[in-house]
Amino acid sequence: MITLLEARHIDKRFGGLKALSDVSLTIGKGEIYGLIGPNGAGKTTLFNVLSGAYAPDGGEFVFNGAALPSAKPHLVVAQGIARTFQNIRLFRELTALENVMAGHHIRTKASVFGILVQNKRTREEERLTTERAYELLKYVGIERFATVTAKSLSYGDQRRLEIARALATEPRLLALDEPAAGMNATETAQLKLLIEQIRRDGITVLLIEHDVKLVMGLCDRVAVLDFGCKIAEGIPSVVQTDEAVINAYLGGGCRYEH
Amino acid sequence: MEIFLQQLVNGLVVGSVYALVALGYTMVYGILGLINFAHGDLVMVGAMVALQTMLFLMGAAPGMSPLTMLTLSLAVAIPVCMMLGYTMERLAYRRLRNAPRLAPLITAIGMSFLLQTIAMILWGRNYHTFPQLVSTAPLQPVAGVFVTPIQVTIVVGSALIMAALIVLVTKTRLGRAMRATAENHRVAALMGVDTNLIIALTFVIGAALAAVAGVMYASNYGIAHYGMGFMPGLKAFTAAVLGGIGNLGGAMLGGIVLGLVESFGAGYIEHMTFGLLNSSYQDIFAFIILGLVLIFRPTGLLGERVSDRA
Repeated sequence: MITLLEARHIDKRFGGLKALSDVSLTIGKGEIYGLIGPNGAGKTTLFNVLSGAYAPDGGEFVFNGAALPSAKPHLVVAQGIARTFQNIRLFRELTALENVMAGHHIRTKASVFGILVQNKRTREEERLTTERAYELLKYVGIERFATVTAKSLSYGDQRRLEIARALATEPRLLALDEPAAGMNATETAQLKLLIEQIRRDGITVLLIEHDVKLVMGLCDRVAVLDFGCKIAEGIPSVVQTDEAVINAYLGGGCRYEH
Repeated sequence: MEIFLQQLVNGLVVGSVYALVALGYTMVYGILGLINFAHGDLVMVGAMVALQTMLFLMGAAPGMSPLTMLTLSLAVAIPVCMMLGYTMERLAYRRLRNAPRLAPLITAIGMSFLLQTIAMILWGRNYHTFPQLVSTAPLQPVAGVFVTPIQVTIVVGSALIMAALIVLVTKTRLGRAMRATAENHRVAALMGVDTNLIIALTFVIGAALAAVAGVMYASNYGIAHYGMGFMPGLKAFTAAVLGGIGNLGGAMLGGIVLGLVESFGAGYIEHMTFGLLNSSYQDIFAFIILGLVLIFRPTGLLGERVSDRA
């Protein structure tokens, strides 16, 4: 397994609350890696630290052999990590197409000057961005809503648009925060196909999910967080029978021991 | 009828300037939720720097054509204001981005005083004659209405700038990033937008518009003064609120409407009050409007987004 992302002893505190303590994990290139755990276990916090929304209080992420910049979200995106949000956070007033194009921002370089004089390079870049955004909308299956504002899309389509916007940043690692939340069975099945397709296209996937069936059917390996500690890691069928994991879901404290 | 048409023209001219300044207020508000009260003073700085450049050029190259001189003075005034806008954001507002909203607001007022005081030290407290490089002599009257070349220049110039701004914001990579940042700057950053840069650029663009507006304003009235930014700044703020603050089209509409109301108000106030008040009371109209808008339609004419921000 070639390592793509390594979390090294990540700590994060909010006041007296230890949201993450000494979390280490390794994600291989091409994996679909699940992150599960009860509500409040620290899964989204880990996403937020990874994506640079928060600085960690200790530890670091190593991505593709280099340490990730901490608390500089746009530089993390530039390194090739994109994410979606548990509670959808699209640019609601922008159209679906514009949302995806905004995601492509980091991969384009038209200067302010170029934009003002509209030189050939800028126009060409803009054309390619538009084309690429249409392709991505098609990829997630919502190209017919390209010119509709994000806020008027259905819930399931908003989730798809979030994925398209994240893919527009051309990531090597796509971090999905509960992508199936609120989806019905049909939508979840389609989402599973989409995630498998994304992996086939060479993108590693990190997945937070509560839908156990989806996680078990999709992930190569999973890690389980509880009260900010990693309590288990391994292939889904084994982790599922782990005593600490069962206790965590049924209640009980942090079982992590150094 | 002639009075009506004449006031219409005057209103459009003043309104265009208000609109340019209002755009700066509204863009910064849209992206940060901050009312940058120092924005009006950038108008003054633009005019003062242009004046200084003109005086220098008149001494250094007496034979220079007025058009070249105007272009050169704009070429100095605009970058100076842009740098000033950037500096304000970088030194004062960026540090307060996560502070309670009152803190940046008070800082903005302080920034306004600071700019005025510096200008007063540099240029004194006297009114300066501003060279009117575009003629203010009326052209051949059409339907009894007198229009001067400077008025035409102001209206056409503002319209072009505003059209360019709309294209910039709605059709380009930069504009998309601005709109994304305005909607949610945290998410925009997580999606790869360098939001610090985008916010700085918003200030810089607003400052450039203010510089142009300052030169237009001073050229129209032929006067420049360290405190000249206060009133147009306040009125442009009113215009931005009238149009719906945070909304670009609203700022343009609000500016024009406010200019027209003021102009018609000044033209008819004597009749309306049976001679009790005269046209020197024209400023009250802007503030009557501000009051009415805040009471009856706080989101402004075109504003909807304010409600989901508040």
